[in-house]
Amino acid sequence: MRYTIYLTSLFLLLMFASDTMAQGDVQIQEYTSSSAVLPPDHLVDFIEQPSALDSGNTAWIIVATILVMFMTVPGLVLFYGGLVRQKNFLSVIMQCFVLVGVISILWFAFGYSWVFGTGLAESGNPLSFMIGGFDKMFLRGVTLETLIPGPNIPEIIFALFQCMFAIITPALIIGAFAERVKFSGYLLFAVLWSIFVYNPMAHWVWGGGWMQKMGAIDFAGGTVVHINAGITALVMAILIGKRKDYKYGQPTPPHNVPFVFMGAAFLWLGWFGFNAGSGLAADGLAANAFLVTHLATAVAVVTWIAIDWIKHSKPTVVGASTGAIAGLVAITPAAGSVDILGAMIIGAVSSLVCFFMVAYVKNKLKYDDSLDAFGVHGMGGIVGSILVGVFATQTVTGTEGVQGALFGNWQQLSVQFIVTVASIAFSAVMTVIIFYIVEKTVGVRVNPRIEEEGLDIYEHGETSYNY
Amino acid sequence: MKKIEAIIRKSRFEDVKAALLEADIEWFSYYDVRGIGKMHQERIYRGVVYDTSYIERTLLSIVVRDVNVEKTVKAIQKHAQTGDIGDGRIFIIPVDDAIRIRTGERGDISLYDVKK
Repeated sequence: MRYTIYLTSLFLLLMFASDTMAQGDVQIQEYTSSSAVLPPDHLVDFIEQPSALDSGNTAWIIVATILVMFMTVPGLVLFYGGLVRQKNFLSVIMQCFVLVGVISILWFAFGYSWVFGTGLAESGNPLSFMIGGFDKMFLRGVTLETLIPGPNIPEIIFALFQCMFAIITPALIIGAFAERVKFSGYLLFAVLWSIFVYNPMAHWVWGGGWMQKMGAIDFAGGTVVHINAGITALVMAILIGKRKDYKYGQPTPPHNVPFVFMGAAFLWLGWFGFNAGSGLAADGLAANAFLVTHLATAVAVVTWIAIDWIKHSKPTVVGASTGAIAGLVAITPAAGSVDILGAMIIGAVSSLVCFFMVAYVKNKLKYDDSLDAFGVHGMGGIVGSILVGVFATQTVTGTEGVQGALFGNWQQLSVQFIVTVASIAFSAVMTVIIFYIVEKTVGVRVNPRIEEEGLDIYEHGETSYNY
Repeated sequence: MKKIEAIIRKSRFEDVKAALLEADIEWFSYYDVRGIGKMHQERIYRGVVYDTSYIERTLLSIVVRDVNVEKTVKAIQKHAQTGDIGDGRIFIIPVDDAIRIRTGERGDISLYDVKK
């Protein structure tokens, strides 16, 4: 009997409580829907301006910017540095590191304005074919409140994010002429190349230039960064000539394989910022870019290990690291428009093509691309840029988005083909011109004695390991 | 007084060192060396197989009194041996004189501790 009273009172209590809670709900609804009651002050801006800063997107792009910087130093430094011989280790570190300083200054001085400015296009100047304008030099007119419409992130962090791309691209070329380039000549080359090759190309693809208008897919820089750097690497390797002590088919052994591995691991890690940050938002597209980047790389690593194992009966660490880079490069243009299937095929094909290039074609054609900047970045970039025209799918790009030849849209494949060929032609021609300018002024190559003894001690006055 | 130089496998070094200490050979130098020989080590770099043609070994350099030569050689030979090609060599070289830098003592006395 006593329990019945308890239960009844408990039941009544619950009834009462839920009743009051329901009334509370109603009251809240009345409060918010009533036009007579104004929302709190701090929400006024948010409601009146639909383009207020998106803190989620901003936070992610800040992190992504850090990750892309991490790719150059120390990622690329260790990857390339481990592959060269001990006597040239510091020269590679310096060549990568100096770009972080120099290119950043150039970028904020006028590079950003040339790529993303709109001044020339608005005034109808024919120069707008090459560059955006001079209206944003030293970030003129960009305030803390200036937002990139769409993702609603501050333009300042967007400029920084793009700055990291401008830094890593010329750094990739180092692989082609490592161990024999003169530091002064290299620096002049990198500066001229960044100004006259990177900036126009980035404008074409991302800054509203003709490639973008044509509908080319380049999510995170397959043409701008990888084909561009890769082709330049090939042209430079041919123009500068082979290392004196290099024999075709007799590679110079890497001085520190754990560094090579560490570099590849850091690049893999940083690449998540590179690709998943390129949508400029913390959304589903970024998540998909992250997924396909990871998966394509995983497949590429496994593919390279498998080829190594089958061909030479030993899986190698340098091989696995190289495979990872091949996969990362190839998925870069495709990260925003392919799904898992496309990612896996792109990863596998890239690994196969890059292996074939560095193991056979390089030695057949006899050019000394010291660290395979062309074999991996150039070829991987081309594979990715073409295959995205095959595997782009509307499950990722949306119902109105682009799709590839696999889904019947051959038009996209031809666009990708045109853009790829145009990138190759542009960077090749420009590189030849810049090479001869540098060759005639400060010289590109060190003298044979310095090359023999190592660049570290002669060019930088230091050695990597003392005692 | 003799100098014993032995080229041995790197992997046998710890065992040989223990055997030498066991035989009261308490001080010697050793170096990592590279040599050329019949053995070849194939290496692979990005799909290209190449031959570095150098072999990595450890070189022991021991100066002993004549009485200790045989037991030193025996210790090295016994513990450096694996039975495969590439086990190395032992060389015995006469030494004219030896000087202990701290005291200026010359000859055999400079090679061992008198108190022991």
